[in-house]
Amino acid sequence: MSQSVSKKEKNNFLKRFFPSNNFGDFIFERLTWLFALSVFLLVILMGYEMYEGSKISIQKFGLDFLVNSEWDPVQEIYGALPIIYGTIVSSLLALIIALPFSIGVAVYLAEVAPPWLEKPLSFLVELLAGIPSVIYGLWGIFVLVPWIRTDVEPYLSDKLGFLPFFRGAPYGFGLLAAVLILTIMVLPIITSITRDVLKSVPRSQREAALALGATKWQSTIIVLKDAKSGILGATMLGFGRAIGETMAVTMVIGNRALISPSLFDPSYTMASVIANEFTEATSEMYLSALIQLALVLFVITIFVNALARLLVWSMDRKWKTV
Amino acid sequence: MEIKISVKNLDAFYGKNKVLHNISIDIPKNKVLAIIGPSGCGKSTFIRCLNRMHEVVGGTIKGEILLDGEDLTKTDPVLLRKRVGMVFQKPNPFPSMSIFDNVATGLRLNGVRNKKQITPIVEKCLKQSALWDEVKDQLNKSGANISGGQQQRLCIARTLAVDPEVILMDEPASALDPISTTKIEDLIFQLKKDYTIVIVTHNMQQAARVSDYTAFFYMGKLIELDETNKIFTSPSNKQTEDYVRGRFG
Repeated sequence: MSQSVSKKEKNNFLKRFFPSNNFGDFIFERLTWLFALSVFLLVILMGYEMYEGSKISIQKFGLDFLVNSEWDPVQEIYGALPIIYGTIVSSLLALIIALPFSIGVAVYLAEVAPPWLEKPLSFLVELLAGIPSVIYGLWGIFVLVPWIRTDVEPYLSDKLGFLPFFRGAPYGFGLLAAVLILTIMVLPIITSITRDVLKSVPRSQREAALALGATKWQSTIIVLKDAKSGILGATMLGFGRAIGETMAVTMVIGNRALISPSLFDPSYTMASVIANEFTEATSEMYLSALIQLALVLFVITIFVNALARLLVWSMDRKWKTV
Repeated sequence: MEIKISVKNLDAFYGKNKVLHNISIDIPKNKVLAIIGPSGCGKSTFIRCLNRMHEVVGGTIKGEILLDGEDLTKTDPVLLRKRVGMVFQKPNPFPSMSIFDNVATGLRLNGVRNKKQITPIVEKCLKQSALWDEVKDQLNKSGANISGGQQQRLCIARTLAVDPEVILMDEPASALDPISTTKIEDLIFQLKKDYTIVIVTHNMQQAARVSDYTAFFYMGKLIELDETNKIFTSPSNKQTEDYVRGRFG
């Protein structure tokens, strides 16, 4: 009797440490769990490291860092407002231009294109997303910027020069070039996720609309309405990509910390500042300010991406309850 | 007996695969025709030919289908589907729309925009589909946040709002519980006064309960078509008899 009890206890003891009753499975479970945990830890650790590294700058400038518009390494004054402004404005404008195109392409791929065309086209779109950004940058310098300088900017200032957005000398390098490059770069991301989102809307929804006498166009509108939150998520993922984009933007944006309404003027983004200036950051304060900039970018990016993912996931969940 | 739809020598294909073989049926007006048969016998394909949904999934047909004497394979499918409505096996309300808008969508697709015109029709259709009393206080709720049986009646209301002449039902109760099924069956009984109904069903008791005529399909062929009573009591074909007695299928 007492023997059987002790045996039971021993089993419970084992169960607690080897819940799956199988040593191999146990190792497998814990090992993968550890790997998964390490990703999470990495993010926390990076955030912490950046916070530590930027401590001096945070102590000296505090929130002024975000609202002061002077970025002067010589006098050790660091205000990131023009840089944050350049980052947000270039990304938002790129998004505004890219969104209608992306939705158009995604609707074509998901709703209209015959299967034999949809597969290669989708592949091409995804390929576009995988091109290294330095190649976009190079193309920007040698093709896009000269074109903007000789054709686009003179035309815009001629026709729309009465608006403050299209004034100034046509350098080519500047906010406009950065916006156009970013537009091209976020287009494939928004397109491919929007396509996936549209495809996740069950066929029964389209059939429901068609059976009521909807035209193809009307049924597509209904599908787009169903996919609203997912498309918003796709857009925000594009935004996340755009604000973090470094190489291509740095190559064409002109790299001056300046708040100007004109799209022709040079600007600066957080990622470009960091990439351009970390080699010159000889003083402790300079380095600390750059790291603080990185921290700001890090927080914005994580926030935007998390929100975007939640929106895209909410789409999948929605169809499981219908 | 007035004929609403006359199907003549209909063949249907998916690609090269022939799924319906030389079907000829006269569907009488304001009656319920049930289509029974084992899985994969072409029941669903057949009714999807009647509102040309078969071609939406890439299918093709050969033969003639006359709706009031007019060949529907030659008309505009968008206009046709306003005359021949359809209720699907799985309830498919639009989740991004309210209950009200789900029903109103059909009207809006027909160009009715005036809210004053829409509201009474929505109410009438929800009453016709026996859903009004359950949802009248929550018309702004999403069409997906009601029970499966309610969703299916919402889909029927949505179909009625377009004011069709024929209603096709593809196993409308197979995803529902027995109480909801009974409600749907009562509804079919009410609706046949005003509409011609073709219902596909797996459930032979259901066919026996709701229909006036029954067609038995097997392997893409029409085996027998007769009054429902006769099919279930003294079918003239051996295969039909075996099926309704539950010997195969």
